[in-house]
Amino acid sequence: MFTYLFFLYCAVMIVGTGLLAVTMRNPVHSVLMVLILFFHMAGLYLILGAEFIAAVQIIVYAGAILVLYLFVLFLVSLRDEVKMDRFVTSAWLGRIISVGIGVSLIAMLPAFILGQKGHWPMDAVIKATNTKALGIEMYTTYIFPFEIAGLILLIAVIGGLVLARHDTPTTIEKS
Amino acid sequence: MHVLIILIEILVLFAVIMLHVAYATYFERKIIGHMQVRMGPMRIGWHGLLQPIADGIKSFFKEDIVPEQADVVTFRAAPIICLTAMLTSLAVLPFAKGWVLANINIGLLFLFAMSSLSSYGVILAGWASNSKYTFLGGLRSMAQVISYEVAMGLSLVGVMMLSGTLNLTKIVEVQGGSFGGMYIFPQIIAFFVFFIAMLAETNRVPFDLPEAETELVSGYATEYSGMRYAIFFMAEYIGMMVMASIGTICFLGGWNGPFEVTIFPPFWFVVKVYAFMFVFIWIRATLPRYRYDQLMTIGWKLLIPLALGNIVLTGFIKAFTG
Repeated sequence: MFTYLFFLYCAVMIVGTGLLAVTMRNPVHSVLMVLILFFHMAGLYLILGAEFIAAVQIIVYAGAILVLYLFVLFLVSLRDEVKMDRFVTSAWLGRIISVGIGVSLIAMLPAFILGQKGHWPMDAVIKATNTKALGIEMYTTYIFPFEIAGLILLIAVIGGLVLARHDTPTTIEKS
Repeated sequence: MHVLIILIEILVLFAVIMLHVAYATYFERKIIGHMQVRMGPMRIGWHGLLQPIADGIKSFFKEDIVPEQADVVTFRAAPIICLTAMLTSLAVLPFAKGWVLANINIGLLFLFAMSSLSSYGVILAGWASNSKYTFLGGLRSMAQVISYEVAMGLSLVGVMMLSGTLNLTKIVEVQGGSFGGMYIFPQIIAFFVFFIAMLAETNRVPFDLPEAETELVSGYATEYSGMRYAIFFMAEYIGMMVMASIGTICFLGGWNGPFEVTIFPPFWFVVKVYAFMFVFIWIRATLPRYRYDQLMTIGWKLLIPLALGNIVLTGFIKAFTG
């Protein structure tokens, strides 16, 4: 019962803050709404017994990525609202399209089926703690995909370094 | 009934911590005073013992001023975010065997999560006050926290590898009661990195750029007055205590000591935490402030490579010795 109520609370807050994040005028307020949203997502992970994922959700998304967003917002400092031309000129056509997408997404819900039971039923995960279960699976069964993900991240880091480096002509001449 | 007991425990912890915060300011003023050959607070009570209480009453009754151009909701919420995050992290600290409010399996990660949340309070305070000084303070704090959180997290990975758990109580138990069992010896590099990152995370001298008095008035807290300003101060002192506790738990063997004090089990924990606090204050009385580029250089070019090297080294040792 308590879990159910907690889930309902998290779900309502996620949808509510998500809507507020896209409708609020002040970009910093939007970021704050996303922050609250991330906390409730962490709450959902806690219901699922994935405490490690919940902590990482807060540390990485709320603690690092959102702070970087704030940094960019502060440095760019948008004084005027940015007005864009509508992608779809008729407002009603836009509404019909968005309602259509919404309905088709909800219609997909019955297609959701529970996956096969693996080596880690809920009790085993709780006994070994979520962190350990995740680590064991990731470094044994899924070591190859894990390494590929690591390689992709490494390439992204090097790419970022190359893009951010400005070799101005003067420094090249000096060296 | 169970809920009632937990509520009482929370209230007791809250009261003790608030008293601690009040007297930590007294501790700091007295020590700095004596280091600079002055007496420190002397007027109220014997050797100024009632000074923190007088300060508290004074700031409580001061006028609460909100700047006209400020973003009111965010301005009011910022100190509360700071204090709540810091108080929440107290819940997972084991003060002695069994003396912990929530013995969770991800205690260490929980502490990181809460400390990164408290930086939002500082950032938002800087932005919402709508003033140059506070804004610069907020920006500096943001860059500092991002850089040093990485170093601190990586420095504690060595401890996680040695103990094989994230549960703070278990980390202390794995270290055992002996002097040589403390993780400060096998993890001396990690302790060095952790200690410097700890100073930077709590915005203390020599890394107090977010509130550099001489350049930014009082940094992010410039526009705050009365109780809201005091709340920032409380959050800072609780933050110091939380960081000192992490250091005590992960490197100095927590509540274990040379002999057991049965009347008051957290005795050694408190002694170690206060030793940390003393070093905090000692450093404040001794060192000048770093320049901003020096702060970034230390964080990214010294501490993070050292912490990463420590992880590799610990991994090798653990792999070969089993």
